[in-house]
Amino acid sequence: MKTVLRLTICLLIFSMNTANCQSKMVTIKGGTYIPLYGRDSMQVTITDFQMDVYPITNAQYLEFVKKYPKWKRSQVKKLFADDNYLINWKSDTSLGDNQSLNAPITNVSWFAANDYCECQGKRLPTVDEWEYVAMANETMPDARTLETFNEYILGWYEKPKTFNNDIGSTFKNYWNVYDLHGLVWEWTSDFNSVLISGESRKDVDKDSNLFCGSAAVGATDLMNYAAFMRYAIRGSLKAKYSMKNLGFRCVQDINK
Amino acid sequence: MKHFKILFSVFLMVITLSSCNSNKSEKINDELAVYQCPMMCEGDKTYEEAGSCPICKMDLQSIEIQEEKVIDENGISDESIFNLTSKWNTEEGKEIQLEDLKGKTLVMVMIYTTCKAACPRLVADMRNIEAKIPDSSLDDLRFVLVSIDPINDTPERLKAFAIENFMDGEQWTFLQGTESSVREFANVLAVKYKQISPLDFSHSNIISVFNTEGELMHQQEGLGVDNKETIETILQLTQ
Repeated sequence: MKTVLRLTICLLIFSMNTANCQSKMVTIKGGTYIPLYGRDSMQVTITDFQMDVYPITNAQYLEFVKKYPKWKRSQVKKLFADDNYLINWKSDTSLGDNQSLNAPITNVSWFAANDYCECQGKRLPTVDEWEYVAMANETMPDARTLETFNEYILGWYEKPKTFNNDIGSTFKNYWNVYDLHGLVWEWTSDFNSVLISGESRKDVDKDSNLFCGSAAVGATDLMNYAAFMRYAIRGSLKAKYSMKNLGFRCVQDINK
Repeated sequence: MKHFKILFSVFLMVITLSSCNSNKSEKINDELAVYQCPMMCEGDKTYEEAGSCPICKMDLQSIEIQEEKVIDENGISDESIFNLTSKWNTEEGKEIQLEDLKGKTLVMVMIYTTCKAACPRLVADMRNIEAKIPDSSLDDLRFVLVSIDPINDTPERLKAFAIENFMDGEQWTFLQGTESSVREFANVLAVKYKQISPLDFSHSNIISVFNTEGELMHQQEGLGVDNKETIETILQLTQ
């Protein structure tokens, strides 16, 4: 009898620990909303999915790099990451001096982030999914009309070096997801669906020569300045860019 | 027996604790770094250790040694699109990888066949380019049209589109991927696109030229633009 008990305890601890390795996820209940840049009907419908509670940390990414050496800084293909890839790490498998294991990973390209999620059996969130979860504050699923909420986000955009903070250091939102605002910007699977060039010389809302059919998609809420900034960043990114304030988290479809 | 039990539990605990251990210190492979004064006070002089410049006292910056082009064991260079390993269907129903196109100069564009606005003009741009290439060079050239709508643009549909638009020759290839492989490919080309309704997409109008090794040589942005540079690039590559 005692053996069984001991064994169960051991197994319990074991399973708890492995669960920690895979980052914690929560279920996001789908719905319909109007993003800043939607489709022709403006509205976008999100189906239920699961999202990582926290952004991927340095520690998790370190594990990943050890397991998949092709993502080591010295071995990564130039096609998939620019020179800033993991630039602050001391070597292929050790972090920089003032980088905390629990801080979000940054300086990773879209290709790396995308592959990371795929290797966990997950994927990157779409822009629409990310924005859907990110419009929640602590208590409301859609807090976009609250002036204080927008001020909070814009306040963060002005704060320097928040990417050095540990995950979980910002607020927990309505969906029990942390750090969507206040820590790092995050990659999305279809960031390249933002059809604004982000280049000041030709930054008009629609570049009808470069983009086909862009006139059909204009911004819906001209007051949502914080969202504008996010879309502008996405519009100016290229997939191999690695930025020091750009990290990511993964999501997963719910199999029914 | 009891010993065994204890041993077993200890063993389990060890496994448990080590399963997540990521901060084990490992030996750091010291990479070769070279430092140089950012103001180049001493010209090209470099140092092996970090420090400050003896003349202007600024912190030395590490510089990267210009490496030779890295080529892996398959003979694919670091910046080649042949590093993408996704599978594609051609309009002839054949499954290929991009690497199968190696050896030809590639002119690539992303379109979708239900497109009414820009794609016909993009396709026309492609044909205009083809028309200006002498026949002798055509053999070394492949025009590749990648669909951004893998759901609707099946190989049969692409084939019909090719015939309709007189692009059914040897030098034309149409590719159907999957949603994720198309997204990845678009990211390599820096092409943007967004589905705005079931049969409609917004997308960048970019024609890209790759050399025989799959390295990006030139991109032409916009519709109906002057294609002189594009053609010059192609001619240089196919000489």
